[in-house]
Amino acid sequence: MTTLDKPFSIYSLGDSAITLDMGHLIDQQLNRKALAISAWIQEHPFPGMLDIIVAYSSVTIFYDPVVTGGKQPGLEDGVYKYVGRLLEEAWKVTDDPEPLSSTGELIRIPVCYGGLYGPDLEELSKVKKMPHEDVIQLHCSTIYRVYMLGFLPGFPYLGKIDPRLETGRKQRPVPVTAGGVGIAGNQTGVYPVNSPGGWQIIGRTPMRLFDPAMTPPVKLSIGQLVQFYPISPEEFRALCPE
Amino acid sequence: MSLSIIKPGLLDTLQDLGRNGYGSWGINPGGAMDRYAAQVANLLVGNCDHEAVMEIHFPGPQILFEQNTLIAITGANFSATVNDEEIPRWQPVVVRRNTVLQFSSLVEGARCYLSVHGGYCGEKWLNSYSTNLKAGVGGWHGQQLRKGDELPFKENTIYFAGLLKEENNFEALPWRVNTEKVYRWPHEISFIPGHEWDSLSVQSRESFTQNNFLIHPSSDRMGYQLKGSPLVMDKPVELVSSAVSFGTIQLLPNGQLIALMADHQTTGGYPRIAHVISAHLPKLAQLRPCDTIQFKRMDTDTAEALLKAQQKELHILQRACMDHLNELVC
Repeated sequence: MTTLDKPFSIYSLGDSAITLDMGHLIDQQLNRKALAISAWIQEHPFPGMLDIIVAYSSVTIFYDPVVTGGKQPGLEDGVYKYVGRLLEEAWKVTDDPEPLSSTGELIRIPVCYGGLYGPDLEELSKVKKMPHEDVIQLHCSTIYRVYMLGFLPGFPYLGKIDPRLETGRKQRPVPVTAGGVGIAGNQTGVYPVNSPGGWQIIGRTPMRLFDPAMTPPVKLSIGQLVQFYPISPEEFRALCPE
Repeated sequence: MSLSIIKPGLLDTLQDLGRNGYGSWGINPGGAMDRYAAQVANLLVGNCDHEAVMEIHFPGPQILFEQNTLIAITGANFSATVNDEEIPRWQPVVVRRNTVLQFSSLVEGARCYLSVHGGYCGEKWLNSYSTNLKAGVGGWHGQQLRKGDELPFKENTIYFAGLLKEENNFEALPWRVNTEKVYRWPHEISFIPGHEWDSLSVQSRESFTQNNFLIHPSSDRMGYQLKGSPLVMDKPVELVSSAVSFGTIQLLPNGQLIALMADHQTTGGYPRIAHVISAHLPKLAQLRPCDTIQFKRMDTDTAEALLKAQQKELHILQRACMDHLNELVC
């Protein structure tokens, strides 16, 4: 049995959104399935559809119930049931998500670890009882999948990190500088803009993951593969002159 | 054609009905907190409902109209005055050039909306004028309005000048919107149960509908922190992040609640115990810190019907406003 054989549920997220949820797991296959469902819905849009959000193992459709509830066939029993049936159909017809071994382009992200760039590296290596170099080596040795973008514009949720690095969130959020590379639970991520944040910040990248002037404005997309590599403060400054 | 900011208010931004369609990039819709008031402000001056409007918090700004302008103020009552004479809300008003609009006291509500005929020439990003302060983009250079900002309008409103009588500083046009249905019983907020509603203990479910909740002072455009007797789950649920919505009520680990508002994050991982119905978001947006909320359960069909009725009235209003304005200028 694969994770896809598990039952899914469809439920409302208020009167203007509906979620298809395949269980609360961080799992590549479920995430691929969610992407496939989203792609199918995008090819089969309906009036009043506003947005589709793909998360780890779920797809949510946002809609304007007044526009959707206009005069289309299939709406006799309400907008919510109509959109729900569409999601169910999408789940059924997308039973063959991209194979696990798909070879996308690997995005390599430079990171200056520790010091001012990664103020929490010190504490993390103390708690984990391993030298900085080992933390950095472990963080850089995994190829991560972008499971979703959320929280901030272009913020990638990357998983999963080496179990030896797993760590809790901070008690309360502190200011994080744009480019901050953090870890929380079994995930790692990058703050694309300045923001309060609760993840443990171990480094900073000069790479811009969000730029409103870019098309698209975000660097990464769901399903891409990412690997970090260490750079020195000199290299950081050379890449990020200011 | 423009207005300028003589003195900025606490938080004045350009907003429209939100930036939809980019959630999978982590980009939230944002937009006006009280979308009903924002739409009415536009319709009253003959704009389409999704033009940019100025969202104003108290203390409000001081604004100089550099030309004769047709404006409308909707939403909260901050005692708006033009050259120290009170002007009506929910009604189109022609203001004379070189007059000053200001807001003298907080009477009722949390945010008001200022529309101008033709709309503001803001920065459109990803199909929306809404200001995203975190990303620093959209609206007015991605920022709140500051002293000296000069906001141009898209259209010339000179043809309304003839409506100004003699030396009057402004002329209120003789029609106004009845908003009683939308804002009555301001503290009663209806909700649809969320996916984790059933995981709450029986006492917590009762407590949610029987007790009042207080809006905490730290509440803002992102979310309202709600203070009340802590709620507990029967058994802990482990969730991974998924989409959340404007109006989603999440249960935090300490048993307190947060209602997500216009600037909410796209995704969240806390239990979603309820969702405020769309037709009551305008009421919620007009509640202030230290106001109380009483939650009432509602089913999805009724919520949809309420929203539909609200939208229908807006359509009728749009037609009526266009007719009235056309008669006046013809």
